[in-house]
Amino acid sequence: MGNEACAEAALLAGCRFFAGYPITPATEILEVMSRRLPLVDGLCLQMEDEIAAVVAMVGASWGGAKSMTATSGPGFCLMQEGIGLAVAVEAPCVIVNVQRGGPASGQSTSTAQGDFYQARYGSNGDYSIIVLCPSTAQEMFDHTVKAFNLSERFRVPVIILSDEVVGHIREKVCIPDADQLAFAPRKAPTVPPEEFVPFKPDADGVPFMPAFNTGYRIPVISQAKSLSGNRGNAREADENIRRIVAKIEDHLDEFADVQVYGDPKAETAFVTFGSVCRAARSAVDMGREQGLALRSVEVKTVWPFPDTLVRKALAGAKRIVVMEMNLGMLQREVERVIRQPKIKIELFSKIGGIYPQPQEFLRFLEEKR
Amino acid sequence: MNPLGEKYLRKDFLPFLFCPGCGDGMIVQSFLQAVEDLGCRENLAMTAGIGCSAWIAVYIHADVLKVLHGRAIPAAIGLKATQPSRTVVTFTGDGDCLAIGGNHLLHAARRNIDMTVVVVNNQLYAMTGGQVAPSTKVGSKTQTTPYGNVEKPLDGCKVAAAAGATLVSRWSTAHPRQLIRAFKNALTHKGFAFVEVMSQCPVQTGRYLLGSGSPQFNFQWLKDNCVAVKDTSQRDEVEAQGKIPLGDFLQVEKPEFMEEVRRMNERVKEAKAKGGER
Repeated sequence: MGNEACAEAALLAGCRFFAGYPITPATEILEVMSRRLPLVDGLCLQMEDEIAAVVAMVGASWGGAKSMTATSGPGFCLMQEGIGLAVAVEAPCVIVNVQRGGPASGQSTSTAQGDFYQARYGSNGDYSIIVLCPSTAQEMFDHTVKAFNLSERFRVPVIILSDEVVGHIREKVCIPDADQLAFAPRKAPTVPPEEFVPFKPDADGVPFMPAFNTGYRIPVISQAKSLSGNRGNAREADENIRRIVAKIEDHLDEFADVQVYGDPKAETAFVTFGSVCRAARSAVDMGREQGLALRSVEVKTVWPFPDTLVRKALAGAKRIVVMEMNLGMLQREVERVIRQPKIKIELFSKIGGIYPQPQEFLRFLEEKR
Repeated sequence: MNPLGEKYLRKDFLPFLFCPGCGDGMIVQSFLQAVEDLGCRENLAMTAGIGCSAWIAVYIHADVLKVLHGRAIPAAIGLKATQPSRTVVTFTGDGDCLAIGGNHLLHAARRNIDMTVVVVNNQLYAMTGGQVAPSTKVGSKTQTTPYGNVEKPLDGCKVAAAAGATLVSRWSTAHPRQLIRAFKNALTHKGFAFVEVMSQCPVQTGRYLLGSGSPQFNFQWLKDNCVAVKDTSQRDEVEAQGKIPLGDFLQVEKPEFMEEVRRMNERVKEAKAKGGER
């Protein structure tokens, strides 16, 4: 199951603290972690709510552990303040959102992709964040490993934006041995405490991070801060905010991932993310059998949006259809990136909780021609 | 500078942001005296929320994580969980702890997690300019109760005790010796310790609730209105007079959360090694 693969990957990546709150369709991650973490001297806590879960995760991250939480839409709403906190205090951590229908309680057992923008813009103020979108159980595993690595590399919360279909699908997952995987270490200070400046960035914009109680006596506040960690003045706050954005945006090439399935020169292209990639692949295969050349552009890292890669993947396309389970969120990004007067970015949108069939995609191409 | 300040304050962060006459500086001093007496600085891991009192932790030169309004307790749990040998202390205020963070207080107390929560009670929201708090007396006129507060206040000590805290004390800035002793008890107590400190806020509480912004007046008000008690019956009596009972209300030994977790982990691993429990 996708959710189980996610938990396995977290354990393998070295996650030793998990805090969560039961919510469909993400609960299995909490359940697996509660069963497995005690066996590796980790701790899994079911907290009183998602706010407590996300904040405890930030505390554990500063405590020195690789930490994670998992939730779905309503819980993801509650976590937004904590995600902003993790951004501000530059705490590496991983947040899984197994999307379900919304708004509010929405459709708890049905799939949806309506948290696309919330994953990027849900907390207050200017910030940048990394969001990965798996479409298979294997990718739930792979993206979780990648999420831990990116969170340590950039000291930023990384969100795995999954959905009910991917979370609950049962399919084969290959779990490599730990020695075949690369794990990013935490960026530990290179100078002794008396020379250490808490939020002075390295050349890549990412500061060094001592764990608590290692002699650094570090002040970590949630305010916009100076290099020493105190409340910053206007200039210091400006620099602080620009840095935490730039440390991600300037390194997009390191992790941005857009894949193309099918004929990369096909004139008709789908653009998809998450579970919808699956139906789109089937539609591409069915099209090929009917003599219809199609390509499906799969956006695996949706935030920061990989403009260049998406443009490249769509080069030469005459007809572009965004397939998604919301009312046109990815479509807006594609419209922003592809500005050609002759090409209208079309939308196939399915909401209400029923996963789209590939035949519907082909029918859409036919009917809307 | 005071030798405690010389040794323990983050001097590049001074001056304090506290207003003249604020009780927070006195709490810093009492707390540092307890830390000095116990020699527990290197183990100290502090968290704080939002509000004037949250800044107490930031000026202390030790590891501190100052988070969002009301969320200091969950952050502390994360720190405790990743290294149970830490001496975890949370600085919070009456609004931070009893209103927005009330749910976290209940559940941390219920679990009897080994940590100390210091609640600085100035009877209203001060940093935002003097609004009603869950600790504000009925009838009080604040910026958001211009016609008088109609809500009954919440007694943090009783709530913490009812939820499962295993150490509960309340003292005031006018009782520094007792306060230092309470801090030392709390820091060495194995379990959830709740220490409430009645503190003067001349700028907001003084001007809006008590009728004078004079620090002397406000400090005298604490002396006149806080009464140390020895047992529960005295406590009720003091409350009946409209005054605030102070004292070391509760200290009991009960199974502590992280200890219980450690035991469970060992039991499970042992069973797993024998091929039993999955």
